[in-house]
Amino acid sequence: MAKKTDKKISSWDFSPSPEGISHIELKDKYDLFIDGKWVKPSSGKYFESINPSNEEKISSVAHANQADVDKAVKAARKAYNGVWGKMSGKERGKYIYRIARMMQEKARELAVIETLDGGKPIRESRDIDIPLACNHFFYYAGWADKLDYAFPNRKVESLGVAGQIIPWNFPLLMAAWKIAPALAAGNTVVLKPAESTSLTALKLAEIIEESGLPAGVVNIVTGFGDTGAAIVNHPDVDKVAFTGSTDVGKIIQKAISGTDKKATLELGGKSANIILEDAPIDQAVEGIVNGIFFNQGHVCCAGSRLFVQESVADVVVKKLKQRLDSLYVGNPLDKNTDIGAINSKEQLQTIKKYIKIGQEEGAEMYQSPCSIPTKGYFCPPTLFTNVAQSSVIVQQEIFGPVLTIQTFRTVDEVIQKANNTPFGLAAGVWTDKGSRIFNLTTKLRAGVVWANTYNKFDPTSPFGGYKESGFGREGGLHGLEAYVKLS
Amino acid sequence: MSRLEILKTYKIYIGGQFPRTESGRYYQIQDGKGKVIGNICMSSKKDVRNAVSAARKTFGGWAERSAFNRSQILYRIAEMLEGRRDQFINELMIQGSSKANAEKEIDLTIDRTVYYAGWCDKYQQLLSSVNPVSSAHFNFSVVEPTGVVSIIADENSSLIGMISLILPAIAGGNTCVVLASEKLPLCSITFAEVLNTSDLPAGVVNIVTGKRAELIEPMGNHMDVNATVYSGSNADEIKKLKELAVQNVKRVKTYNKKWMNEESQDLYMISDLQEVKTTWHPIENIGGATSSY
Repeated sequence: MAKKTDKKISSWDFSPSPEGISHIELKDKYDLFIDGKWVKPSSGKYFESINPSNEEKISSVAHANQADVDKAVKAARKAYNGVWGKMSGKERGKYIYRIARMMQEKARELAVIETLDGGKPIRESRDIDIPLACNHFFYYAGWADKLDYAFPNRKVESLGVAGQIIPWNFPLLMAAWKIAPALAAGNTVVLKPAESTSLTALKLAEIIEESGLPAGVVNIVTGFGDTGAAIVNHPDVDKVAFTGSTDVGKIIQKAISGTDKKATLELGGKSANIILEDAPIDQAVEGIVNGIFFNQGHVCCAGSRLFVQESVADVVVKKLKQRLDSLYVGNPLDKNTDIGAINSKEQLQTIKKYIKIGQEEGAEMYQSPCSIPTKGYFCPPTLFTNVAQSSVIVQQEIFGPVLTIQTFRTVDEVIQKANNTPFGLAAGVWTDKGSRIFNLTTKLRAGVVWANTYNKFDPTSPFGGYKESGFGREGGLHGLEAYVKLS
Repeated sequence: MSRLEILKTYKIYIGGQFPRTESGRYYQIQDGKGKVIGNICMSSKKDVRNAVSAARKTFGGWAERSAFNRSQILYRIAEMLEGRRDQFINELMIQGSSKANAEKEIDLTIDRTVYYAGWCDKYQQLLSSVNPVSSAHFNFSVVEPTGVVSIIADENSSLIGMISLILPAIAGGNTCVVLASEKLPLCSITFAEVLNTSDLPAGVVNIVTGKRAELIEPMGNHMDVNATVYSGSNADEIKKLKELAVQNVKRVKTYNKKWMNEESQDLYMISDLQEVKTTWHPIENIGGATSSY
């Protein structure tokens, strides 16, 4: 465990407190989960899943090609026509409830695997990712026999086969966000996890197998971008749901432009976190830290652009730097760890590239003096001040623990600056005054606005973006719309 | 002695003004007997850009109007339509409609306007929610207009195929740029005259006429347009619009409805041009030791 070296505040050290890994079951090699069976990829190829905190191989995972995807879509179609599409909502709901319960039973195992495979702190996978994933299934299970209440004056039908592609930042949670509403609405699923974080999706496949869900209702095909493209372009897929970068989202939107496929895109962001002078400063500083350093900043809605009112800018930045120095960067399995490993070598390179650009642009950088492990992919929490609206690091999504800090004088000015981005995923507002909160939350063009809090999620709460952050919502009543046809 | 009739110059409608196309171009439309009905503005890409600018400029103000006020303005549009009922019937007939169909079309147009006027302050409650999150937060989702919408009106309809798309957009607080039917453009400009006398703020609805083959591109690819709405079934046009939408992730809504059916109007056409915004705020002491109610 890395020891803190900063003399200013290193008045205490933590004893290592790693979560045990003896209770988890992982295979050396994972095949594809298609039609209720584990099948070898027709390519014969497997790739390695790496633990980003120590660069060691955890397991091998099958690389699905077009033929495998075709097999999975056929299985999903067969299950849709034969069983799932005809099943009563009541029975569908019971299957989904059962999956939720089994996930809860295995929650600790799932949390440890999530942390091993993705690098996020065990505190987050244990307390946030996994419970939210379970709850998402539990929540949507109950909708399965109540769909008629969701869309007044309309007949509700399922769409058919949903092709779903999810990112590596919240692997199991994103699988839940995709699969649960799709199943509740009566669709069958072909899901591809991200190549660097396939394992919890494969554990979910084991749970689904154990639950007795009819074969083919959920198919998990692991692989890379080519696997995802095969899903998107498959002619028998009725719905495409994607969470990931805006660049890939645009490729998908274009790929399906000549089809009737329904799409939900949950894309990138560059969300503003706004601190007004009357905000409770200490709480706001915690909110800033949670906004940008939660999950190493690998969060599409991360509060990556901080705006501080000029009159309190000095004190906020000073407190923020102090708080930065106390953040524990290290072994993700350690319960003391605040910031775990960057998800992959590629992502670490991307983040480093942006940090370099920031310095070259003339911004002033501050990094926590914490020591970081010598092995594995780690990045100290990083602040940039003296940036402009036009700075690359202010405009582009970095997807790492890097925060830009700008100041403003008036509320109108900050609204304009905050909205001056092609993205529109989320925003944060910190002020003690209620009417000011609603002025800002109303005028910020973003799908989720946190007032005096940040990065909170719940199955009942719709999530999704404006503008180039995508379209469609996940979660809550509004999340059902993505998986139904109304007539 | 017969009086010489005053012919109408059909111009376009941008930002509450009736300019001619900046390009100076025109095209002619003819009635069934080959007689020229009028010289119609053959709008350019620049006209579309001007229209988008006007729509963006007025978007915030229109979205922030009270819902009740939007409702009254839409109702006012219906009043103005009623007053010009005969003019629309005449124009529809010039463009080839039978009298009975023309009467039906304008009556349905007026009634549909009243229908959407009524929705202006009601859809919010049906499309919004308070979300029972597990943590101590008050969490609610409201709908907000998507923004500036480009509307490709139905090519086979002069009036009803256009207003059926405009009304749900503006009832929901969006502003729009409309491409009228190329072969049946007359009613679009007369409708603009109605809008101009209905207290509708300048720029909320902008209407251009011209060649579809030329104007679909600027209507679809403008980076300051947030959504594109299309009526019709031309697969090439739909594909093109969906492709153009990609560069700034526009929402694309296509409809292939019989607009003369009374049922071709609903809440869901409003919700198609709404974004869901979810707001979180902490609640003090919920579930804590001080909960005592």
